[in-house]
Amino acid sequence: MSAAASMRTRAPLMQARSVTRSYGGNIGCRDVSFTLYPGEVIGIVGESGSGKSTLLACLSGRLEPDSGVISYDMRGRGFVDIQTLSEPERRMLMRTDWGMVHQNPRDGLRMAVSAGGNVGERLMAVGARHYGDIRGEAQNWLAKVEIDLERIDDKPRTFSGGMQQRLQIARNLVTTPRLVFMDEPTGGLDVSVQARLLDLLRGLVRELGIAVIVVTHDLAVVRLLADRLMVMRRGEVVEHGLTDQVLDDPHHPYTQLLVSSVLQA
Amino acid sequence: MYVAVKGGERAILNSHKLVAEERRGDPALAELDVRQIVEQFRLAVDRVMTEGSVYDPELAALALKQAQGDAVEAIFLLRAYRTTLPRFAVSRPIETRRMAVRRRVSAAYKDVPGGQVLGPTYDYTHRLLDFALAAEGGVGAPEADLAEETLPDAMPPVLDILDGENLIEREFADREGESVFDLTRESLSFPAGRDQRLQNLARGDEGFVLGLAYSTTRGYGGSHPFVGEVRLGETAVEITPEELGFSIEIGDITVTECQMINQFKGTAEKPAQFTRGYGLSFGHGERKAMSMALVDRAMRCRELGEDALYPAQDEEFVLSHSDNIEAVGFVTHFKLPHYVDFQAELELVRRLRAEHATRVGRDGELREAAE
Amino acid sequence: MSGARESGYNFAYLDEQTKRMIRRTLLKALAAPGYQAPFGGREMPLAYGWGTGGIQVTASVIGPEDVLKVIDQGADDTTNAVSIRRFFQLVADVETTEATEKATVIQTRHRIPEAPLEEGQIIVYQVPQPEPLRHLEPREVETRKMHAYAEYGLMQVRLYEDIARYGHIATTYDYPVMVNGRYLMAPSPIPKFDNPKMQDNPAIQLFGAGREKRIYAIPPYTSVRSLDFEDHPFRTQSWDQRCALCDADDSYLDEVITDDRGGRMFVCSDTDYCARRRANGHVGAQGAIDPVGEKTDALSGDAQ
Repeated sequence: MSAAASMRTRAPLMQARSVTRSYGGNIGCRDVSFTLYPGEVIGIVGESGSGKSTLLACLSGRLEPDSGVISYDMRGRGFVDIQTLSEPERRMLMRTDWGMVHQNPRDGLRMAVSAGGNVGERLMAVGARHYGDIRGEAQNWLAKVEIDLERIDDKPRTFSGGMQQRLQIARNLVTTPRLVFMDEPTGGLDVSVQARLLDLLRGLVRELGIAVIVVTHDLAVVRLLADRLMVMRRGEVVEHGLTDQVLDDPHHPYTQLLVSSVLQA
Repeated sequence: MYVAVKGGERAILNSHKLVAEERRGDPALAELDVRQIVEQFRLAVDRVMTEGSVYDPELAALALKQAQGDAVEAIFLLRAYRTTLPRFAVSRPIETRRMAVRRRVSAAYKDVPGGQVLGPTYDYTHRLLDFALAAEGGVGAPEADLAEETLPDAMPPVLDILDGENLIEREFADREGESVFDLTRESLSFPAGRDQRLQNLARGDEGFVLGLAYSTTRGYGGSHPFVGEVRLGETAVEITPEELGFSIEIGDITVTECQMINQFKGTAEKPAQFTRGYGLSFGHGERKAMSMALVDRAMRCRELGEDALYPAQDEEFVLSHSDNIEAVGFVTHFKLPHYVDFQAELELVRRLRAEHATRVGRDGELREAAE
Repeated sequence: MSGARESGYNFAYLDEQTKRMIRRTLLKALAAPGYQAPFGGREMPLAYGWGTGGIQVTASVIGPEDVLKVIDQGADDTTNAVSIRRFFQLVADVETTEATEKATVIQTRHRIPEAPLEEGQIIVYQVPQPEPLRHLEPREVETRKMHAYAEYGLMQVRLYEDIARYGHIATTYDYPVMVNGRYLMAPSPIPKFDNPKMQDNPAIQLFGAGREKRIYAIPPYTSVRSLDFEDHPFRTQSWDQRCALCDADDSYLDEVITDDRGGRMFVCSDTDYCARRRANGHVGAQGAIDPVGEKTDALSGDAQ
């Protein structure tokens, strides 16, 4: 059984209770609850419009839910309802204990800043003021995400899509966050590049014990990365469970459809 | 042997005299009278009043004379003068529905209650130079024909027709009693209310606002406008002195107003409805009023739940760059001496070049050694 | 106050209500050193970008007993300095001086005088762009948050990029400073040579940005630290040359082109400092003879 099961004895990292968010009369997501444990990877799958991106935006504090509670085990403070955090607290959380990997690297990188500067920014944001140390740490992380150290002073716009995505990951992980949100992290990449990126991600997440909430429409991504799975349709979670169980023995007709459509394709 | 120059003061005084000389031009020709400018350069006067934020045709004409006809320089003079004026009262909102209309057109309906009134407009003139205007003896005293009946005293706004069917959003509630943002007393602040945006656009540079308005109709803003109504005429200004407790008229001003109709697809909560964009200028300023109405509507994207993707929809971009007095000052200040900073940059560039030369030289030696 | 009366304007141009509004803003700015306080900037008869912020601040703090010095590029005789001094002579009728230590109010553009300022003096800086983060983040809504939450990592990233690219920080003027350990502040486009003078200065330092409608301030004896890295500490400019007129080796030098064959000389940018040294007998390489009548226009760029 996956790593998740053995972690059940530990205290949860994040808990969502009945999270609901609508746009006018349209449902974004409705009544979503789950518990995330440290080091655990949860995948949220569904087609576009299923509410998975709305849910991710709520969980990462970028969108306020209409109702429901999202609590997070903050370092040194214990469980806190993230909606009660002030804006500076939330922004601080976002650049220290959390990470956010966007589908489009342009949303997650500073394209006019060198690769080293992109990785070093979070360190400087929390007070690092020794150039040599910052640069050393940047090199360290570029190596971890398999970016040639010679490219440290190059701007990300000269990078390939896969490299940009790996740089985005390094930029997020440099402060060793405990929770990273990922929105279609392999979207828009070639299949071979996707495979390499997923492999790298899996290795880093396991090595560092980072919890991840990954949103994707691609079942291959969750099969490789996620311990547990939530299947969303029209704003609601229609099925959840251990990834292998859900994918190998889907119960809900919609999940069955999703799985079979992948098989056919 | 070197002596630093003194005499900046003399140079400045002489420069002023040169300007005065150039302004006067050939003294053999009659000097322009300010009243002639008021009467014969009225559209220039109107623009200076609008962007100068002072309704005073004679002062605006004086500013134009002093500025040799340069509109932006004249606006600057009027704005600086405005700073020294005491503020006696704040007027009540003007009632353009009670305007004495001289021109009024709607593009949305063929005919409207009160009628289409073409009035004075260059719209249907052929843009041919009229050499009669240059002829000796001038044009005399041209007179237009009078209509058979007089226009009605009050003309209902065309948009009221749509409003009766709820096809267009309600006009914003009259904010009398609430404090209205005052751009001439407070600094810009974001996010900006519509009061702040409209004040800014009203004072904004006509060319800048026109260009932005144009962009919204060319795909940079998704605007599909209809001119609900443009009207020009005289309207009363009223104030309510505290000691009286009721309002009194203090005079008439000429204004141009534009109500622009724009589409709105609606949301889950709201059915589809037309929306408004509003423009107003002192005097006869249709180009400005229409442009203002388009940009006003573009900047309302946030409240209407539309994506803000283009420059005209970005209120920080528009409001921060629309004021020509601010823009001109900053752009032209680069001709002030900057030699202290330039010296600092010179030192840096020389050092960077020296470091580069050392590096290249070292690499060259290394290469030679390797070979 | 005959000048003011003759001009038909209130003392120091602005009406008393406006001055009070600006003084309230100044007090707020002094209470939160380095914080950019918005104010209802007025339209002045000088162009935006030409010192309207500084003029409004000076107009609000100056009284009939004050002695005013105005400098631009360190010099009292540059056209813009002359123009602003004339403005105050016209509308405030105050005594003016070129001597730094005699002035009670000094309005400046791009320099801090070489002679140390003293308690009781006020220096007013003209500020074209008060927001040190503007080139990194164009949005006011965002930069205000960055200041409010003291999120200054991005500015450090800019310095990091300089070192990565050039081997050292490549900002030479308007070099960002931390004031009182809290607010990141643009010192106005003074050369970084002048930055250390802001630290623990006994004078009151006021900054006015007219176009952007912001005022900020540094109270006397306040910490003003130039940003840097521990292993790349802040450094000021230095010259191999001395002032050709007064032989100073401790002042900021202007480079003057003397012919079209590459001839150049270096002279103090602070004209008062240079003149005083020469009066005290210091003579530079080219300062020996001082004939009247010859002029080099390069210094002030005056139109004749």
